[in-house]
Amino acid sequence: MNGHGRMKLPAPNALVGGTLIAILLATAGTGALWTPYDPLKLSFREKLVAPGALHWLGTDEFGRDVLSRLMAGAATSVWISILTVTLAVVMGTTIGLFSGYMRGWTDRIIMAFNDALLAFPGILLALGLLAVLGANKYGIIVALGIAYTPSVARVVRGTVLSLREREFIAASRVMGNGEGFTMLRHILPNCIAPLTVLATSMFGYVLLAESALSFLGLGVPPPAPTWGNMLAGSRPYIDQAVWLGIFPGLCISLTLLGINLLGDALRDKLDPRMRGAR
Amino acid sequence: MFRFALTRIAMALPTLLIVAVSVFVLIRLIPGDPAQLMLGDLATPASLADLRTRLGLDQSLPVQFGIWFGNVLHGDFGQSISSQQAVLPLILQRFLVSAQIVLVAVVLASLFAVPAGVIAAWRQDSALDIGLVGAATLLLSIPTFWLGLLLLLFFGLKLGWLPVVGYVSIADDWKAGLLYLVMPIMTLFLHEMGVVLRMARASTLEVLRLDYITHARAKGLSESAVLWRHAFKNAFGPTWTLIGLVLGNLLGGIAVVETVFTIPGLGRLLVDAIFARDYPVIQGCMLFVAFTYVLVNLVIDLCYPIFDPRVAAE
Repeated sequence: MNGHGRMKLPAPNALVGGTLIAILLATAGTGALWTPYDPLKLSFREKLVAPGALHWLGTDEFGRDVLSRLMAGAATSVWISILTVTLAVVMGTTIGLFSGYMRGWTDRIIMAFNDALLAFPGILLALGLLAVLGANKYGIIVALGIAYTPSVARVVRGTVLSLREREFIAASRVMGNGEGFTMLRHILPNCIAPLTVLATSMFGYVLLAESALSFLGLGVPPPAPTWGNMLAGSRPYIDQAVWLGIFPGLCISLTLLGINLLGDALRDKLDPRMRGAR
Repeated sequence: MFRFALTRIAMALPTLLIVAVSVFVLIRLIPGDPAQLMLGDLATPASLADLRTRLGLDQSLPVQFGIWFGNVLHGDFGQSISSQQAVLPLILQRFLVSAQIVLVAVVLASLFAVPAGVIAAWRQDSALDIGLVGAATLLLSIPTFWLGLLLLLFFGLKLGWLPVVGYVSIADDWKAGLLYLVMPIMTLFLHEMGVVLRMARASTLEVLRLDYITHARAKGLSESAVLWRHAFKNAFGPTWTLIGLVLGNLLGGIAVVETVFTIPGLGRLLVDAIFARDYPVIQGCMLFVAFTYVLVNLVIDLCYPIFDPRVAAE
């Protein structure tokens, strides 16, 4: 039923998703080092030029090259997402390891707070934190990093709780290893697999949240380009310059599609029962 | 059943309390005098002194929290700095605008997506299944703020069928009001359909593999009886929970859709308050949305035994 013949080739969703993400990373890498034009350079003689030979994806209301801005925006978005996911993973892992290993009241109190933070829907917590931290590149990284920490802490704590009863942990203790050593040497490496799956999907959520916050004007401030603020800037010109509203949105959607497809492929591989349950 | 409801409600209370503590602490993290923050730069020394006494700023932090939370429980969320209006009525008025959009979109999305997901699972790996899942994944990957812009571009500007920006309350003029709501609802409907369809399909697939389904088929029941009477009832639980999460998440994330269509909803109120540093409104919105989210999920959980009586029996 699940087509065993297909097993030799990578699943189509992995192939398409992987290709999309590879294109994203290549664009972001290139955009960080080189763009066809200066993404910030104003040129009022070339305002709202339609896509053509000179400017492949057209220019915006200030005559800036859209392709260059998309490439620079990719670099910014990917960099922000990587830093945010790293921050959330480091903080969440520390909290989860500590809570799961201590158990008892320490665990109960930490997890009660953790679960209450999970009770803030969507990007609400990030919005609240941005009100405190201020809307800028670093504010967004810290706000989203803190907002996504509770989900990491929950996954790590769950893994720790199931691991600490296993024989090899008891063996480490019997050998005279300290709690801290056992935690870092034996428990942490076993958390890496579930963390990888979580970090992959989190990268997508963070990229979407960053675009949404930039769209609202609470992210990276202009003139620095991000896909979200380019989309927000396109609204007044959308009837004269459709391309301004099309390309940044297309970039965000294709990236999210790539991450969703990769995530599905990863889950199919890890949970054979769900194979095909895309 | 009664015990299940009581336990579940008792479990929600500490969460609500910690949510309140978090929102209180969050605003207190902002450097400066809390009374000054709450009244803005134009406050007079007399009003500042008055508010300091009312907030109990000369007392310990737990006492200050107690005073603040007591006020909140009495419906006193403070006063907006920019509009000088009481915060709670302002929030409720904006909440109604957002809630009608979110509620209609989620109900419509569930009505279409749940049957579609069940049918996709029933015909797993067929062209129909691949088409439905592909469409759902695509819809799910398009951010609502771009989907909204595309709809606006097509139905508003190109075809001219629907009003492009603005908002008219249904209470004032129901015909015009409805027209203004079509595109925001359609945006959320399309996006959430992708989310719900995938969940309904995945949970139906889980159930269709179980022995009792094979048994039902072996008894000679028709496929539609197997699917709707036996599989659907057990498969709907996880989807029902997801619908609750979607409802709450939309309330938190609706600001972008309200920005696209310039709708004066709760999300826009919060974002405008962040820009204006209107801290009483920020605090009120965060508390209100988080409380609503917890309560929606509580109601969803309390309804769960209707689909799966085992939950209440445990």
